[in-house]
Amino acid sequence: MTNLVEVNNLKAWIGEQQILKGISLSVQHNDVLAIIGPSGCGKSTFIRCLNRLHEEIIGARVEGEVKILNENIYGSTVDPVRVRRQIGMVFQKPNPFPSLSIYDNVAIGLKLAGIRRKSALDEVVERSLKQAALWDEVKDKLRMPGTSLSGGQQQRLCIARALAVNPPILLMDEPTSALDPISKAKIETLLQDLKRYVTIIMVTHNMQQASRVSSKTAFFLLGELIEFGPTEQIFTQPKAKLTEDYITGRFG
Amino acid sequence: MIAGGDVEQFGKTDFEQLKNELLTMGGYVEKALEEATQALIQRDASRLENPERLEKEINRSHVLIDKHCLNLLAKLSPFATDLRRILASIKINSDLERMGDLAVNVSRNVKFYLTHKELPVDKDFLLLISEVRWMVKNVLDAFVSEDENKAEEVLKRDDVVDSLRHKINDFVRQIMKQDSTAVDSGVDFIFIAKNLERMGDHATNIAEDIIFILSGDDIRHGGLVNEKP
Repeated sequence: MTNLVEVNNLKAWIGEQQILKGISLSVQHNDVLAIIGPSGCGKSTFIRCLNRLHEEIIGARVEGEVKILNENIYGSTVDPVRVRRQIGMVFQKPNPFPSLSIYDNVAIGLKLAGIRRKSALDEVVERSLKQAALWDEVKDKLRMPGTSLSGGQQQRLCIARALAVNPPILLMDEPTSALDPISKAKIETLLQDLKRYVTIIMVTHNMQQASRVSSKTAFFLLGELIEFGPTEQIFTQPKAKLTEDYITGRFG
Repeated sequence: MIAGGDVEQFGKTDFEQLKNELLTMGGYVEKALEEATQALIQRDASRLENPERLEKEINRSHVLIDKHCLNLLAKLSPFATDLRRILASIKINSDLERMGDLAVNVSRNVKFYLTHKELPVDKDFLLLISEVRWMVKNVLDAFVSEDENKAEEVLKRDDVVDSLRHKINDFVRQIMKQDSTAVDSGVDFIFIAKNLERMGDHATNIAEDIIFILSGDDIRHGGLVNEKP
């Protein structure tokens, strides 16, 4: 099977400080990859490199190769804005556009891409909200502001917004850490369903969550990839002592 | 420093306590077996009350340890070695409880035997007793010292115990054929040997669990889980 994402010797800096020290890994279609590791290990930087968001930080620099669907997104002719538009990210705190309705929060990506036909937009909004398991809760109030929803609903709205452009991968940076247990459980269930449509790469501090939702797990420490493998193996029989120590709470 | 002893592992004392509880329970099993078999060797019925008394302690430990494991699972949501340790402890607990029952069975068999005609406790019978006692003692030692090699030594003795039991059965059958007045005692001997051999089986289960804790390898049934279907 060909790799959907192939990362080769990825290095990242902010100013003089090197955050990532040569990460190589590959992700296949319909994988759910969990990135775990203590604060400051480079997890978030890593996923921000997968849609060229990292270089938005002043003084940030990236070296190495990230191939998505066989295209090196750091190629000289690649427009970073196009990459970011294609590969959405869901953050820790839900961030719907405050001035936009539920409908427009989902449709905005398509509108920016020049799609104006109402029937096409309606179709995508409905599909995306259904994929994000939010449709039934909002179908009668699509013109209400996105911010009128609860925290858990807002996060699912952000997932719907990311899905609307039909991305090959969905990046998530601690997507449930600001949510209550019920909203958290809803998102986790949703991820199980979503992996049919999209490959998910998520950063999480919650080890139970990583073990529940992901098919592969990568453990980062001090900017290095310590261990990468099937989640079941990482959480029951890790190969590296550092992984064992981290997941059993000996440090971190 | 990142890894290492700076941070006390959450739950470490819980694991030490769990280990001590299992060892105490194992000590009761070892003692119950010793009393039942010494009663046979020395024809001393006065020792036969001890296994029954010890079994009550074993049963108390059984319930306590399961409760402790349940609490640890809920409290720690464990992974890796911690997870394997709790899973294996639940199984070891269950094996030790069965071993306690079997020691009591042996004790009851001996009680009957002592009211029947005396038969020679030959060298194979003495060897079976010492092999099973060795397995129980050493599997507990392997558990305390987390010694994979010692656990493997215990596994190797299982075949020895099986073959001794077959030899004893053949020997007793011969006696019963020749002397019909020895049938009651012969049946007692067959049961004693069977119960001892079953104790050895449980000791091998525990040895397999120890290896699972330490290496993560499931070697049961010839490592069936690692084979491709």
